[in-house]
Amino acid sequence: MATTLNINGKNESVEAAAGTPLLWVLRDHLKMTGTKFGCGIAQCGACTVHVDGTPTRACITPHDSLDKAKITTIEGLAGSAADAIRDTWVENDVPQCGYCQSGQILAATALLSDNPAPTDADIDEAMSGNICRCATYMSIRRAIKQAAGKL
Amino acid sequence: MFLEEIGIIPSRDKNSVRAEKPTSIVNLTRRGFVAGTGLFVVAVTLAGCSNTEPTIDAENMKTPKAGPSPLTDVEGGDATPALWIAIEKDGTTKITCHRSEMGQQVWTAMAQIIADELEADWDTVEIVQAEGDERYGDQNTDGSRSVRYNFHRLRLAGAAMRQMLVAAAALYWKLEPSQCSAEMGKVSNSENGDTLSYGNLAELAAKLQVPAEADIVMKQPKDWRFINKEIPSLTVPLITKGEGTFGIDVDVPDMVYAVIARPPQVFGRTGTVTDAKTLAVPGVMRTVKLPDAKPPALFQPLGGVAVVGVDTWAAIQGRNALEIEWLDGPNAGYDSDNFRKAMEAKAKQPGTVRRSRGNVGKALAAPDKNITAEYYTPHLSQSPMEPPAATARWTGDKLECWACVQDPQATRQTLSDLLHIDKENITVHATWLGGAFGRKSKPDFVVEAALVAREVGKPVKVTWTREDEVRHGFYHSTSAQRLEAGLDSEGKCTAYRHRSVFPPIGSTFTAGMDAPSDGEMGMGASDVPFAIPNLQVESGNAKGHLRIGWLRSVANIYHAFAVQSFAAEMAQAAGRDQKDYLLELIGEPRLIDPNAEQASYRNYGGSAEDYPIDTGRLANVARRAAKMAEWGRKLPDGHGLGIAVHRSFLTYVATVIEVKVAADGTLTIPGIWLAADAGTVINPRHTRAQMEGGTIFGLSNALYGEISAKNGAVVQDNFPSWRVMRMGEAPKIFEVEIIASNSPPAGVGEPPTPPAAPALANAIFNATGQRFRSLPLIGANRDTLDIPAIAKS
Repeated sequence: MATTLNINGKNESVEAAAGTPLLWVLRDHLKMTGTKFGCGIAQCGACTVHVDGTPTRACITPHDSLDKAKITTIEGLAGSAADAIRDTWVENDVPQCGYCQSGQILAATALLSDNPAPTDADIDEAMSGNICRCATYMSIRRAIKQAAGKL
Repeated sequence: MFLEEIGIIPSRDKNSVRAEKPTSIVNLTRRGFVAGTGLFVVAVTLAGCSNTEPTIDAENMKTPKAGPSPLTDVEGGDATPALWIAIEKDGTTKITCHRSEMGQQVWTAMAQIIADELEADWDTVEIVQAEGDERYGDQNTDGSRSVRYNFHRLRLAGAAMRQMLVAAAALYWKLEPSQCSAEMGKVSNSENGDTLSYGNLAELAAKLQVPAEADIVMKQPKDWRFINKEIPSLTVPLITKGEGTFGIDVDVPDMVYAVIARPPQVFGRTGTVTDAKTLAVPGVMRTVKLPDAKPPALFQPLGGVAVVGVDTWAAIQGRNALEIEWLDGPNAGYDSDNFRKAMEAKAKQPGTVRRSRGNVGKALAAPDKNITAEYYTPHLSQSPMEPPAATARWTGDKLECWACVQDPQATRQTLSDLLHIDKENITVHATWLGGAFGRKSKPDFVVEAALVAREVGKPVKVTWTREDEVRHGFYHSTSAQRLEAGLDSEGKCTAYRHRSVFPPIGSTFTAGMDAPSDGEMGMGASDVPFAIPNLQVESGNAKGHLRIGWLRSVANIYHAFAVQSFAAEMAQAAGRDQKDYLLELIGEPRLIDPNAEQASYRNYGGSAEDYPIDTGRLANVARRAAKMAEWGRKLPDGHGLGIAVHRSFLTYVATVIEVKVAADGTLTIPGIWLAADAGTVINPRHTRAQMEGGTIFGLSNALYGEISAKNGAVVQDNFPSWRVMRMGEAPKIFEVEIIASNSPPAGVGEPPTPPAAPALANAIFNATGQRFRSLPLIGANRDTLDIPAIAKS
């Protein structure tokens, strides 16, 4: 059955089995591979997207539950918080391998959108669901603080 | 392969990796010149010149006859410029990176080296990722040696190309090359100030003779523009937009998706398979039974049953519905708890001597004080954030694969060996790697994709789920070690014996191999740098029952944990400060040759001339890190500083960690101070990033990492049970000093990992008085250190 999803402001019609998580609809059906698979059980945050502005784990969210939602992925992420995050990510060379960084950027952007001056504790709380095996955590923390300063 | 070179696994036929010589001189692609001219005009205008650059008609220019490249066999391999650099007419400088990009910023590093000697304009640099092909020389991106192996020849390649561009300009202007100079993508005429851009000169330069090594003048380090500079990453701007292709992102037309149910035990077999429920899952297309694996493991797939579907989710759901009777294999009895006891018993017995100085037996019988300590470390999983994934497409008898592999050549060879097809019919494209840490040196997952694609008759992407990655890996080896020391009346160490027992990596490559290799023993055991008159290093054999592989810094992890913890235990026994005692153990600045003391030490393949074990450099990083941490400062209650120093991959790293341990055992790490001497460093910023990341990787393993096995099967399956460090646990202070050095470049990716665990254990000891000798310190099922009572406040 076809489901229409609003992704990055564009309506996309997808034919996927009922209950298929948004992650695989994005990656395998729509070929939007910026959203990553890391664990499949909402433990690592690599698949983070925004659903109506809220960071959401695409790996456990059935796509057919989102027919009224606005979905934002790394490919479509925009706005002043996103710009500030991307800028400081580049200025600091935050990513190493980069695989988890779509999720990190989506999580950090949501944090800054809600809280333009996060403390260390705020950052720890907002970002601890996103695993980085390269351990860019220190760089992420620095970059979020710098991005906050730019807003 | 690196592991052959340093004696960890047996050598394969060297003829199979003979370099093929390139046939063309410059790989010119004919792109329009318009954009380049436009840019050039802007540049010239800015420089205050008014003349426009004439277009060189290279095709019709007479040039001296050029012979073959004299640079095909220099130190490090082939430095023929055309193998590495292609300059397009618009000035785009395409640099081929033959190593795999996995976050260590090798794209940027390789480009920095070449572009500097080439005098390229950095803004024109683009990277071309090389396929797996012997003509590039070694492509195995592990062992922290991409820069070390390639620094010399890539500098030569860049400088040779620069000289050819200068020669082309001289020919055009009818000058001597000495009357021309190259700078930032242009050659200038010193007579009149005219300039010619590289894009304009490239085709003419391509017709000229490649200079011999003796005629190449490389830049002086003081003139480097990009080497040893904080050049921004070439990959990061793409990453922040979700661009760039990882192995798991590959999309081939008409592709289908597969996941595989593998036997729980290594060499377990697949019995009866009932797939009726699987085939009823929406989107599932079919199943494919794979051949059972037989010893030795090598890089062969583990067997099992593949489920193929219209998307990855359908394949996963289909796999969940499979009914498979798994049959026990030879590893059915493997229980890691029992194995630990057997290794510990072995470590109490005399082992095979791997280095000997003086007379340890006699010396240990005589001293005022003896101390003995036993250390244990479990198996670990690499767990890169991108699990293994590969896509394969057959066209007739030709196979093309795209995969996140650290070694595209070994991938191609393995495909050829296991699928019985000629290597010439196989193309392997290395994608970006979403982390690797050693896992993606093993191309079993690419073979799976090729096998399934051949059965299905369509391109197939095989994705490993996290559970697959955690349960079916090539694991870091488990180890049991016993150290003994004799101290004299002044607390000085007079005798030292280290026994190390672990299943070797060689067990994966040779069935039944149970003897630790020289390479593994040379990672922190037989290369011990201590100035102790009586010293002996021994190994004990142990069989492998999982696939034993290599993980970031390999045997250095368990050896550094034991040796550097034990150094602090000796300090404690002597009533001395950890740092002072450690420096005393290291002793006076000198060069150490373990081979003079019956070791068979491979020094990571580096020569003793270029890369000696230099205790002066080792002590220096220890002093620097201690100074940065303000070692000796007054600390709040429950805090402690710990230090460890270790040389691995030819690099010296010292780490000081501050811990805070609450009364309930809750551990926090307020700060880390690290000093590294890696010789000449290509990019200090990216080196610092590796130091931070490699340290946290080591701490994550030390705090939580444990892969255990019951009935031959791995117990853990995903991030809750295979626990890793997260943002909230990362220190708020992390200072790194990269020691300025003119020494040859050494490793960067792995050396920060070994000292992390012992520095942490030593800090916990100083905070609490409790010595931890077994890893992990916390594990997956607790939140706090197991400290019955804080012994020291």
